[in-house]
Amino acid sequence: MKHSFIDQYSDRDSFIHKLDPRTKFVTTLLFILVVVLTPPNRWPAFALYLIIIAILILLSTVPIRYILKRSLVIMPFVVMIAIFIPFFKEGEVAGSYNIWLWQVSVTYSGLQVLINIVIKAWLSILSLIMLTSTTKLPNLLNGLEQLRMPRVMAMILSFMYRYLFVLVDEVMRMKQARDSRNFGGKRLWQLRTIGNMIGTLFIRSYERGERVYAAMVARGFDGQSRTLDRLNFRPADAYFGVGLSLILILVSVASLLY
Amino acid sequence: MEEIVKIDNLSFCYPDGQQALTNVCLTVRQGETVALIGPNGAGKSTLLLHLNGILRSNGVVKIFGRPIDDKSLRWVRSQVGLVFQNPDDQLFSPTVFDDVAFGLINMGYSEAEVREAVTRALDWVGMAGYEPRSPHHLSVGEKKRIAIATVLSMSPEILVIDEPTSNLDPGSKWSLIGLLKRLPMTKIVASHDLELVRALCPRAIIFDHGQVIADGATSQILTNISLLAAHGLAPTRTCKDE
Repeated sequence: MKHSFIDQYSDRDSFIHKLDPRTKFVTTLLFILVVVLTPPNRWPAFALYLIIIAILILLSTVPIRYILKRSLVIMPFVVMIAIFIPFFKEGEVAGSYNIWLWQVSVTYSGLQVLINIVIKAWLSILSLIMLTSTTKLPNLLNGLEQLRMPRVMAMILSFMYRYLFVLVDEVMRMKQARDSRNFGGKRLWQLRTIGNMIGTLFIRSYERGERVYAAMVARGFDGQSRTLDRLNFRPADAYFGVGLSLILILVSVASLLY
Repeated sequence: MEEIVKIDNLSFCYPDGQQALTNVCLTVRQGETVALIGPNGAGKSTLLLHLNGILRSNGVVKIFGRPIDDKSLRWVRSQVGLVFQNPDDQLFSPTVFDDVAFGLINMGYSEAEVREAVTRALDWVGMAGYEPRSPHHLSVGEKKRIAIATVLSMSPEILVIDEPTSNLDPGSKWSLIGLLKRLPMTKIVASHDLELVRALCPRAIIFDHGQVIADGATSQILTNISLLAAHGLAPTRTCKDE
């Protein structure tokens, strides 16, 4: 069974793809930091950030539709969290509603906070999607490790990358096996079946973990994990990193003074 | 010829009380290719796990005359390459290169040596150029070959393989058998695929209920139908009558 990679489009060959993962990670982090720290309602600054990200997307040759679609998938979570803010903020009332016993009012300043949060979150998500869809996950992990991320974290993520779809396949096979023998039945009974499937999946994963560990031990693994350094930081990385950082800092400082 | 593996009275009991191996004695000489045949649940895989010290118990397993203990463990694992049955367990890294390099890096080789050995091992199993691929998107046959490359890269003296041909279509199976035939080192192959045994291994050991039942030339063992039938390796009389 085939699934698309988490890092779909990461095997393209653009200027952005060729950058060192460390450069991309650090600039992404800086971008998010600058976006989040920009004071509310500095629309020109937000517009500039969007332009920067748009230029990077064009440079990377990753389809814009794909990036927008993925960014939408994450938006509901942001909106869910932010949707209540307009009701709690004090200030000029934009509208007031009676819901049974409570009187609920929405304020203008609250709405502004909501819009700012949504825009900042969306810009940050766009930059993260850019990072993951232009960098192969193994390379990104390698880069993070060299930026002193704990080795255990890198291993957990790399196992996730490796086994996520093995597990998805297993779930699909279990579902097919269930559906081919499913002749209806009470809802409670079906829920029980799902519970059993989850339990089985857990036990299978646990046992797989033991077998994988045996395979690691068989090849001399002793709890100490080692990797080869195969990243190289090129002049292009320096230009890109310094250039983008300067632009970002300039925009944020300008927006503070504005 | 030198005795490369010597097992002397090995018994093993799993933590849940199941007796997996009982008084196993076995000697394998350098250059031999030995088949370990037996039905499901006979204890073949458990025996294989003893060969490089993943499981250890009362009896003494000796590799080149040296018992497996805490001190020799590292050395033993560089000598005995163990390939597991399910390549999805054997290949756990995000890329093929990482997997083939895993053992070498653990053994402390330098980067240049690692790269050279990885290229050589992948060449050997006919998978050159697969380094950056992700194991998840390969076919079972390709995964099996790369699983073998992950231990070949460490140039082991003994290659121990658990069910190399399970889940393979006949085409991939025979090309894998051809590959195994070309490998020069001592081989121990656990399988109940008798076609594989006949084609690859001059010596066969029937293993059942955690014990060695018979040990001899493959040509003799595989023609002893009543012996095979008694241990779930051939159709029984009732099946044939129908």
